[in-house]
Amino acid sequence: MSDRLKIAAAAIAVLLIWPFSKFVFAHLKSDGMSWNGGWVAVIIVWLLAWFAVSQLSNINFRQKPIGLFIGLLIPAVFGLTLLFLWEVLTRGLSVPPILLPPPSQIGVRITNSLPILAADFQQTFKAVLFGYVVGCATGFAIAVLVDRSPFMRKGLMPIGNLVAALPIVGMAPIMVMWFGFDWQSKAAVVIVMTFFPMLVNTVAGLSTAGHMERDLMRTYASNYWQTLFKLRLPAALPFIFNALKINSTLALIGAIVAEFFGTPIVGMGFRISTEVGRMNVDMVWAEIAMAALAGSLFYGLIALIERRLTFWHPSYR
Amino acid sequence: MLTTLSKGSTIPILTITAAIIVFWYACVVWLNAPFERDQAERANAEITFSQILSKTMEQKRPVLPAPHQVIVEIWNTTVMKNVTSKRSLVYHAWITLSSTLLGFAFGTLLGIALAVGIVHSQTLDKSLMPWIITSQTIPILAIAPMIIVVLNAVGIQGLLPKAFISMYLSFFPVAVGMVKGLRSPDIMQLDLMHTYNASKAQLFWKLRWPSSIPFLFTSLKVAIAASLVGAIVGELPTGAISGLGARLLAGSYYGQTIQIWSALFMAAFLAATLVWLVGVIDRRVLKQMGMAQ
Repeated sequence: MSDRLKIAAAAIAVLLIWPFSKFVFAHLKSDGMSWNGGWVAVIIVWLLAWFAVSQLSNINFRQKPIGLFIGLLIPAVFGLTLLFLWEVLTRGLSVPPILLPPPSQIGVRITNSLPILAADFQQTFKAVLFGYVVGCATGFAIAVLVDRSPFMRKGLMPIGNLVAALPIVGMAPIMVMWFGFDWQSKAAVVIVMTFFPMLVNTVAGLSTAGHMERDLMRTYASNYWQTLFKLRLPAALPFIFNALKINSTLALIGAIVAEFFGTPIVGMGFRISTEVGRMNVDMVWAEIAMAALAGSLFYGLIALIERRLTFWHPSYR
Repeated sequence: MLTTLSKGSTIPILTITAAIIVFWYACVVWLNAPFERDQAERANAEITFSQILSKTMEQKRPVLPAPHQVIVEIWNTTVMKNVTSKRSLVYHAWITLSSTLLGFAFGTLLGIALAVGIVHSQTLDKSLMPWIITSQTIPILAIAPMIIVVLNAVGIQGLLPKAFISMYLSFFPVAVGMVKGLRSPDIMQLDLMHTYNASKAQLFWKLRWPSSIPFLFTSLKVAIAASLVGAIVGELPTGAISGLGARLLAGSYYGQTIQIWSALFMAAFLAATLVWLVGVIDRRVLKQMGMAQ
């Protein structure tokens, strides 16, 4: 099949999904699926979506805008199908909302409690951002310092690698004791969590520049700083961005988990732990959706900057 | 002997470790001194520096316990206690370890299964892979309490909920590493298998699987550390009954800093041992497969 036929087939399949899903929702009553034929329609929708996705993923588009669009479209269709199945299965099988609320209920909860969510988000993200910036910056600075002395590198690297594998989140109760209940203690946890991945990765990255390149720099009579800024740091960028990406999720986790150990009455971790206690599971899911969105955006932003700065790396060419 | 030592990294590591311990003791004096001065002031007594020095080392609830206090506490709660006792750190470590290992096993199997699916189906590759990556930007640890409480409400208790969180954290590195590993054979090797008229199953078992083993072990090291973190955090909301996470929580409720630190040290020890064990198995297997000397 030519590419155009595949696109046409996928488009028809997507268009066909519409009436079938309407049919499904027409039979979806508050006490479950009212007619078993609805389940057949669910399966048809699922097969149609699968067909569309498989058609699209067999196309090899080289042109930039269309290829990028299809690259985004495939996971989007897949994700929407998952959401659809989630909604239909939880409502059709009357799954108790405490176990798993349907996405529509979570969506309603999000729109109804935007001010609370915003306040929680602001409280938690203050700690995340501050801790992330300070942790990554100190990790980077120490790495550049350590790199100058082979003795320090030999001694600190195995320890750093070990600490990077340790469950540092466990430091959270100690930090809460030391720095109080407000966001400062959460930022401290984030700093400790993000420091070691940055340190280890930067030191590893600084040693990637090859001997040939370093010799070339020496023939140019460049001093330490010139070699650092013009050769070794750019060469280390993929490693540094790797650490930045790892840290972006670690920072969010650190801040939220630290809030389990004591907070003022605002913050995502606080809200999650109290609403779980009150069995308000849809509110918890709303917070999780916020955290997931923030985490993905944070990660995506760093990935975007990485692509801009390390365009020369083989994995992007 | 000495020359080989100085060439290796033993001396640097020992030096740095010693420096860290000295720094720690300095911090102990610095952080615990205010309490002692306060006590002395209340008793209207003069306190000399040497008195502060000795007293900060043996407070009952120090801001920062001295290393030897932590070691004594660990000694008292491991060797001196019956293993089955609720006050034994070994007992708590075992609880954590068992859910870590269960979750790690599940996560590894799930990760490998996903990777095999992704390598063999382009549809899965393009539709699932972005979501696998997105799944890790979700701070799962934040959901941990909900998973535990909700599963409790349905009647699932004990190991499984914690193991579930460990699984979620550990499947990702395995899946990503294995996708890379299963794709690592180059075109030449794939072509060779093609000239042998190898079936898809043969291609998988004789070429893709063996060449992915080094990748598998690299990701297993990350995965086992992650699943330990998952198990510990999973224990936080269970109402502080057992496990290292529960020890952390109980310690923070009652201000038992020494207990917190000893639980932390135990967790660190567990993590280091587990990663080391995976490393040993890694070297053994690669040696047997002829991939390492």
